[in-house]
Order: sequence, then structure tokens, then C-alpha cells
Amino acid sequence: MLESLLALGGLVLLRDSVEWEGRSLLKVLIKKSALRGEQVHVLGCEVSEEEFREGFDPEINSRVVYHDFFRDPLNWSKTGEAFPAGPLAALRAVCRRTAPGPATIALDSLSWLLLHLPCTTLCQTLHTLSPQGSCPGASTPAEQVHVLGLLHEELHGPGPVGALSSLAQAEVTLGGTAGQASAHVLHRRPQQRPTNKVDPMAHLTFNLHLSEKEREARDSLTLPFQFSSEKQQALLHRRPGPASSHIFSEPDAYDDLDQEDPDDDLDI
Amino acid sequence: MFPELNNLLNTSPDRAEQGKLTLLCAAETDGSFLVHHFLSFYLKANCKVCFVALIQSFSHYNIVGQKLGVSLTAARERGQLVFLEGLKSSVDVFFQAQEKTHPLHFLREANAGNLQPLYEFVQEALKPVDSGAAAWRCPVLLVDDLSVLLSLGVGAVAVLDFVHYCRATVCSELKVPRAAGSQPGPQGPGHAQAYVHHQSHLVLRAEGLATGFCKDVHGQLRILWRASQPTAQRGRSLTFQYKIQDKSVTFFAKGMSPAIL
Repeated sequence: MLESLLALGGLVLLRDSVEWEGRSLLKVLIKKSALRGEQVHVLGCEVSEEEFREGFDPEINSRVVYHDFFRDPLNWSKTGEAFPAGPLAALRAVCRRTAPGPATIALDSLSWLLLHLPCTTLCQTLHTLSPQGSCPGASTPAEQVHVLGLLHEELHGPGPVGALSSLAQAEVTLGGTAGQASAHVLHRRPQQRPTNKVDPMAHLTFNLHLSEKEREARDSLTLPFQFSSEKQQALLHRRPGPASSHIFSEPDAYDDLDQEDPDDDLDI
Repeated sequence: MFPELNNLLNTSPDRAEQGKLTLLCAAETDGSFLVHHFLSFYLKANCKVCFVALIQSFSHYNIVGQKLGVSLTAARERGQLVFLEGLKSSVDVFFQAQEKTHPLHFLREANAGNLQPLYEFVQEALKPVDSGAAAWRCPVLLVDDLSVLLSLGVGAVAVLDFVHYCRATVCSELKVPRAAGSQPGPQGPGHAQAYVHHQSHLVLRAEGLATGFCKDVHGQLRILWRASQPTAQRGRSLTFQYKIQDKSVTFFAKGMSPAIL
């Protein structure tokens, strides 16, 4: 399951809830990426670096770059270091640093970012992080960027959650019943053009093709609803005189035609 | 301090944990016994305590504390307890000219921006002092309660930022009773509570009985151990019913009240 989540580039959204926390799954995915030899950048907003690194081997820890956004995100302590320009600049900085080679960016968490940033700004930044946004055309595995985003689902309305999930390549929704945790995985397939074109007109029991002669005949045909100049002339210059029309009527053998009351048969 | 609750949480004053956020919440009942428990617990554990009391006066907590065997006056005198009496200081904010650094300065602002002054007060109170640093074991912040800030018109994000900074600086105890008529929408108190819930390591949730008031069972307590716990304990949740007595609280398994059996 973990391989399939990381097989495609782009955003993987981890949706957790109060009962079923998703940070441990995020850490497992980070571990997996690190074991594949990728550089992992973590934008940490919710837990301290020590707490986040807890449980990782030294080898994995060496591959994880923790961008500490937990200690002083709003510059209240006036240390003046780290990210003076706010969370967005931090996100961009992470994005820029991962430019060459495969890399994984873990956002812990999107909820914190959503509380402090407008949803549209966040979505645009996430879009530039994903491989389609940064370098169109070059989607070789070597240049893939994985973005792992943890989202506390119940904190946000359906709008932001929907916007983020439409950006995601894969979604994992955590849940469970009675002590048994479960993860619902949704893969969004990348939109691809089919490579081998199949002719839908082959092997038909009837003829769909036209010969040259038939095509000419069809093209020269004027359809009744088409308006031509001849038709226009005919309509504009009507032949004058009402006397030009006659009604020829021949009574039937059984017709009982009464000249006095021609509407007799209508039974009014 | 209620020894029975300590047993349930598998802790004692000499094993007080550091760097953990405990969320105390109450739904349709009064959860203040949890605050009294943790106040006396950390004073007995010889921790430096900063108590932001927004609901009750100092004398109220002092009287309850005496019942539980701690003297808040003495603790304050020897510098162990820093007590911010919200009820009294809020009056000061309104009727006396204050500098900008008053912890409750947000009360005077037209649109309450942030709680930075309150955080700076907490940080100052819990800053390790060189002379007596060895005397106190670890800093503890107790807030009773956070939802008052929301009711006073502080935005949910501002409250969450305050909690965030307190978490980054100290381990803390927070009490967030869910507002009875919690507003819908992303800014409602329910969302603030859920967010703090996500951050906390231990959640104690006092609930009223679904079947209504009872003389012998006052409610039920749900204990939820969250992340960063040993794997065996993680995600474990237990529910007990309780009865509050004069000086203690008795806990029993669901439906096992001595009055019923």
C-alpha cells in the first residue's frame, strides 16, 4: 500500500480525525521515502523537532531536513530567525530547495497552514510544488516531487477540504470502528491520452463508409430546412392573383352533400 | 488531588511528566473538579505553576485547594504559584490606564487581534530563575478556561496561536469546556476545541449522563491517550463513571455504582 501511494508524484493527502491520528502514518511514509534515498523536507508546524524525529533511525534522521515552524511561527519570541515572512515564504523556500532530483516534502500540517493562509493561496503554492506545475513535460521519475500533506479533516469546511482533495493524486482517509483502525485510499489517476488508438469503426456489421460518388451526392443535396437564395426569391416574389388556385372536388358515391347545410355531417 | 484519578492515569506527583499537553473538557456537566485535581497535583509535585484563572476568583480556588490539602496562598508566597486572576485584572484593564503590556490587554482592543501579551505574561512567569531554578521541577501552565477567551470575542485562530506558543514553551494543562451552543462554521468554538484536541497527548472528557441527572452518579469521564505514547497505550480510551464527594471523587466502571449494586 505504501509503495502505491508513493509511486506517483504529486500531493498525497492524509485526512485524519481526533480519534484516529495520522501523524504516525505520515512518519511511516517519510521513513519509506528516506529509505529509497530521497531527501525529505519536513515543514513542521505542530510538533517540536525532537518529538517529530522521535522513533526514526539515525540513518533516516540524516535524510530528514526539519524546517522548524513550530517554535516561533509568528515571531512573538522576537528571535528574528527562521521564517520572518510568514508561512507562505517558508513553503516557497522548501519548494525552492528541492529543485533538483527526487524529493519528498512533508507538510505537518495543512490544517495549520489553512488556518493562517487563504485557501486559494495555499492551493496555488501546492500546485507549484507538484511536478506538473513546476516543470511541464518533464515528469521522469528522477524529477518527481512527492508532497505529503496531513489534514485534520473536521477542522475545515467542505470547501477547503474539497479544493485540497481535488489537487491530490491520492487520498488516505483514516477512520475505524471499535479499536480497529482503517484507511480508505483513493487514487486519482493522472489524465493520460491513450497510446494505442483503437478504431471503433472496425468489425461492424453495417457499412459506415461512403464512396466518393456517394459523398458528392450527399454534399450537393439541399436539405429542406436550409435557406437558399432561390428560396428567398420564391418567397419574396409570389405569383400575383388569388384566382390562380382551384379546388377540385369529386363527391364520393355515398356522400350525402346538402347544398343548403354543408356542415350537416358535423353534428354541432 | 484525587488518588483514584492518579491510579486511572497511572501517574503520581513524583512521576509528573514533562512536555505533555492535557486537554480537560466537559460536555453538559461541570468539569472543574479536573482543574482542581491538576492544580493540587502539580503543586504537590513541586512544579512551578502558572495558573490563568478566568472563571473563578483566587479565594474560590484557595478554598477548594485547602480541601484537597494544598494552600494556594502559601504557594504563591514562596513563588511556586503565579496566579493571574482574570476577574480582578479585567476590571483593572477597563478602569485604570494600563500600559500595552497588560496580559489581558486584548479586552481593550476593538477587534481582539492576538494574545501575545498573555503569552508573554506566561513566559515571564515560567522563565527559569537562576537562584531558585533547582527548587521547582518543571513548569506547568493551567488555563481555566480557554473557551472564556472565545466568548470574550477573541478569534479561534488567536486562541490557537496562544495555545501553540504555550505548547512550544511549556507543557500545559488546558480546560476547554465545549460551549453549550457552539456556533457552526469554521470559527466556532467547536473547531478550536477540535484543534487543541489534535495537539494534546491526553484528553480527559467529563460528560453528563445521557439518561439525565442522578444523585449517586454525577457523570462519566472518558480518558483518551493520544499520539506520542508508548504503542501499547496509544489510542487507548477508557470510560469511567464518577461521583464527586466532599473531598474526593470516586470512580467506578460503567453501571457499577455502589448505590446500584
